[in-house]
Amino acid sequence: MSLEAPDTTETDEVPERTPDELEALLGDLVIDRDDHLNAPGFVIRPDAVQETLSRLKSEAGYDHLSLVTAQEYENRYESIYHLKKFDDPTQEVSVVVPADKDDPVSESGDAVFRTADWHEREAYDLIGIEYDDHPDLRRILLPETWQGHPLSMDYDKDRPQIATLPEHANPLEDHHHDSESDTMFLNIGPHHPATHGVLHLKTILDGEQVIDVEPDIGYLHRCEEQMAQSGTYRHQIMPYPDRWDYISAGLLNEWAYARAAEDLADIEVPEYAQVIRTMGAEMCRIAAHMLALATFALDVNGDFTATFMYAINDRERVQDLLEDLTGQRLMFNYFRLGGVVWDLPEPRGEFFSKTRDFLDQLPGSVEEYHDLVTANEIFQMRTIDTGILPPEVAKNYGATGPVARGSGVDYDLRRDDPYGYYDELEWDVVTEDGCDNYSRLLVRMREVEESAKIIEQCIDLLEDWPEEERNIQANVPRTLRPDDDTEIYRAVEAAKGELGIYMRADGTDKPARFKIRSPCFSNLQTLPEMANGEYIPDVIAALGSLDIVLGEVDR
Amino acid sequence: MSSDQPFITDESRVVTETRDSRMTGQGDRFNSRLREAFGSSPFILTKFDKFLNWCRGSSMFMLQFGIACCSIEMMHTYAVKHDLDRFGSGVPRASPRQADVMIVPGTIVSKFAPRMKRVYDQMPEPKFVVGMGSCTISGGPFQEGYNVIKGAEEVIPIDIHVPGCPPRPEALVYGVVKLQERIANGEAAPVTVKPYELEEFSDLEKDELVETLADQIDEDELVMRYNFADSP
Repeated sequence: MSLEAPDTTETDEVPERTPDELEALLGDLVIDRDDHLNAPGFVIRPDAVQETLSRLKSEAGYDHLSLVTAQEYENRYESIYHLKKFDDPTQEVSVVVPADKDDPVSESGDAVFRTADWHEREAYDLIGIEYDDHPDLRRILLPETWQGHPLSMDYDKDRPQIATLPEHANPLEDHHHDSESDTMFLNIGPHHPATHGVLHLKTILDGEQVIDVEPDIGYLHRCEEQMAQSGTYRHQIMPYPDRWDYISAGLLNEWAYARAAEDLADIEVPEYAQVIRTMGAEMCRIAAHMLALATFALDVNGDFTATFMYAINDRERVQDLLEDLTGQRLMFNYFRLGGVVWDLPEPRGEFFSKTRDFLDQLPGSVEEYHDLVTANEIFQMRTIDTGILPPEVAKNYGATGPVARGSGVDYDLRRDDPYGYYDELEWDVVTEDGCDNYSRLLVRMREVEESAKIIEQCIDLLEDWPEEERNIQANVPRTLRPDDDTEIYRAVEAAKGELGIYMRADGTDKPARFKIRSPCFSNLQTLPEMANGEYIPDVIAALGSLDIVLGEVDR
Repeated sequence: MSSDQPFITDESRVVTETRDSRMTGQGDRFNSRLREAFGSSPFILTKFDKFLNWCRGSSMFMLQFGIACCSIEMMHTYAVKHDLDRFGSGVPRASPRQADVMIVPGTIVSKFAPRMKRVYDQMPEPKFVVGMGSCTISGGPFQEGYNVIKGAEEVIPIDIHVPGCPPRPEALVYGVVKLQERIANGEAAPVTVKPYELEEFSDLEKDELVETLADQIDEDELVMRYNFADSP
């Protein structure tokens, strides 16, 4: 992993193995091939997961377990481990693990990739596959009292869920002070101003120091995957991505679905639409990072008056632009498969000058944030060298986005796995080597500047685009029916990191399995690593610096 | 003292002038409807209830309570530009024990519903609830979800529904102002009496409704039932 400045020749340094070489490496572990559109897929026995993953990790360099997808077929269960390389995310491989229909048990990958822990708990919760050697196989999204696995085939939706009161009893009702030890159990959330939504942190304290913190999620599990699986590709799925990461990052999320579905159905997007997409997506990124800054300052400084209001003010400006572009303030629903829904607002000149005005005042306000926040001595004392996340740990947990880049992991899908118009534009990937709360904030603030650069170039391009070539949508059939049994995993760089979609088509106009790889889900899993041994206020700072959105964590 | 500016002894003239200047001209910023009702006299005759309702409506402490997407628009409503505080209702309190109004901004799922009920129970009465967004009305776009409560009203009583996905800040402001109006007019029920309070604190006989409700409760094993099939 290179810690030096971004270097475009990086792809040449990473040796790529052909699928046959990989098969040779895995040897008799492989029992079949099941290639996906994005990667070669190797079917292995359910008791060879650890061996396979560790060989691929240590010998072939696949060090990023991006996602674990679980699904049920008519005759079997299946877990898919989507592996990538942090150095070159275009090199992908899928490990397919079928499990018995009557007794779905498969080996856990947790020993090789820590990130598998939560992914497998989710698979157990929603699908019902059990993982051997898993350290802590419990439900993660649904309540402990839930009966059945809702995305499995035999789930009865009409059966009422009954929870007795003792199971819902207040965990703090008893006196939790143990006379033998000095530790204390503390609940933070699910309703707490510092948890950024409905997150529940089960914290064990020794005095003011945190011994163990366990995030308890699922308070906003809105069945996004079920919703997408019951919608048609062409129009019905697109509104939902807006609601995954709802901090104005709608267009970035829509792009994740658009990219996966366009590759699945083989749709070409016109260049003009790609430029509009790129511009809109970067506006969303600015808005999202502004709120991250605002809430972080609120968490760390308790500064509801200055920084928070300033940042909200800048967000209002971006939202105004996005409203002009898309017609909505927050839930844009602007992308369509094969392009965008409509062209830039008329009169175009007014939109361009409004955007330029925004870009002109942005350096000034960023300067102001640096004066207010990052140059503030109290703020620095609170954030520098707290919440340390070493790069190896970040990679092991599958952390991406500003969290990984704040730990010096030079990984940005916009550059490494280019899509849209990013590879035609001049911009840099921001990394910081501090690995602490401060670095993660700095990365976000500098990314705002990079996004502004991208928007400016897009505006220039759009302004000079010849009128007769303004093609906003490709010709896409009214009903899309991708071929039966095609599978794809595609990711984009959303505001919080790698946002990926796995889809399996079954020949109908709806996906048979729709799985979302949410960056916040993996990022949040690193919290115990950062917080254990620190003081309580540092846990809050670390959580703020992770910048999670519960809508995306729980989906 | 010069003779052309005599010392004013006529008190009624002073009072009249003060009132006039307040109701017109330079005293304009004091010229509220209340002042008009007061006139120059410092007394006002009203019913105590009416006065209290007016106070409640004019000074509401909101619970700082974020659930989902709508909470982002709610933050924008509190913050600059939209500034809910202009209407005397924009002080977010982090503790439910200090709040009068709870804005429910988002989708309620089965795991969160009991928690929200607990937060609501912790608020002192009189308390009011604004349901923000389609999810609190019916479950919104997620209504079909296996885990989604179909409307916040399944869990707690709601005074005002603001539709939208999410509602614009202007819509939320309108909803809150409507709630204030209702409270001031005494239309929103300020106090809800719980069945066990009836039993405990009143010498009234249990009426039929309370009786039937109480009969449904299995006292040893109180049960929370998410019946997604039967809810609307």
